[in-house]
Amino acid sequence: MSRQITLAVALALIGAAAQAEVAPQEVAYGEYGAIETSLSGSPGDPKAGAEVMADRGLGNCVACHAVGALEEVPFHGEIGPPLDGAADRWTEADLRGIVANAKMTFPETIMPAFYKTEGFIRPGDGFTGKAGEEPLPPLLTAQQVEDVVAYLMTLRDE
Amino acid sequence: MRQTLRTGAAWAALGLAGSAALAPAATAQEANLVINDEIEIVTRAPAPEHMEYMSEVVSGWEYRSPETQALQMDDFENPGMIGVDNARADFETAMGPDDQSCASCHESPEALEGVRAVYPKWDEAKGEVQTLEMQVNECVTERAGAEPWDYTGDRMTEMVALISSVSRGMPVNVAIDGPAQETWEQGKEIYYTRYGQLELACANCHEDNYDNMIRADHLSQGQINGFPTYRLKNGALNAVHDRFKGCVRDTRAETFAPGSPEFVALELYVASRGNGLSVEGPSVRN
Repeated sequence: MSRQITLAVALALIGAAAQAEVAPQEVAYGEYGAIETSLSGSPGDPKAGAEVMADRGLGNCVACHAVGALEEVPFHGEIGPPLDGAADRWTEADLRGIVANAKMTFPETIMPAFYKTEGFIRPGDGFTGKAGEEPLPPLLTAQQVEDVVAYLMTLRDE
Repeated sequence: MRQTLRTGAAWAALGLAGSAALAPAATAQEANLVINDEIEIVTRAPAPEHMEYMSEVVSGWEYRSPETQALQMDDFENPGMIGVDNARADFETAMGPDDQSCASCHESPEALEGVRAVYPKWDEAKGEVQTLEMQVNECVTERAGAEPWDYTGDRMTEMVALISSVSRGMPVNVAIDGPAQETWEQGKEIYYTRYGQLELACANCHEDNYDNMIRADHLSQGQINGFPTYRLKNGALNAVHDRFKGCVRDTRAETFAPGSPEFVALELYVASRGNGLSVEGPSVRN
């Protein structure tokens, strides 16, 4: 009996966690592409976010954006604007929207959508060159997006 | 409104970064590529008429390091010339039931001077645009009666490198009008289509961002006048359709196959973006 209750409580908790995470197809973007609430339901970890930013297999954000605070990471690109002071120019909701799907903010941007899983032309299976089946796994998980956003919110000029 | 202003400012910043990066390149460029102190290569040319939105087209050679550039200045230093030598021997290799070789019809590789510069090209008898590889295979199968060569195999790529090498210095001049126009239009559409999970078109990197760094890579215009290209990255001659395949794969897309109608069309279109540059193949790149 008490085991059943424990199980029921555990399931309820799992259910709550699942509800808190917003699936890529369910993300609510504002008129200008911002996302108001955490995609994972949890706060981001800026330290983990810095790792996602630098890792070629994850965000690889520095491939296109220079970040002064990540100077120990080699080879920052110049495709997108430098991210120094990003938190002075954007709100957390703005940054979350840009990381998840920048085209909702800048329709023509070259920037890939890191939390989008369908609606692609000739979607592939990762970098194999073979066909992939939608929905694809997103480039970053909900928590990784939150971690990146938390890191970006530390980038202040003043 | 506030958002619009910020968006505008971001684009302005991007635009400024772009022009600052272009400024040094647009000025003095005396030291054009000269191969063997003899073959002068045009690495910067006025953009062809169909690209009225750009002023200049630039060979990928311009974006490489001085060390890599130097490898292409002397055929003894150019590792791609080993493949050319292989093909020169193969040119006289008998194929098929009647022991036909390339040399049975074409006196020497030099007799094919000028061919590379105008391919891909409309083939009246076939009723389609043909790449140089398709033309070689037409000779191999229909003329010599032999089995076709693998489209991007070493034998084919080396033969294309040989045929390119005897046209080095001649201006690329593929026709895009008349019967080739429909294929050219198809290639143009592919060039501007954003493929894969990264939603990247050729144009995103090679038209909008050439001369910018993407991580450690210096983005070029993606010109193909230097193909086949010896890449230091894989230590081999690379066929142009294999390079296309690699680029599309890197957008996390399902690629097209080498020799497919899509890549033939794309090759014609991309080649036409380099009309006016010199044939360089086999070039040397990263």
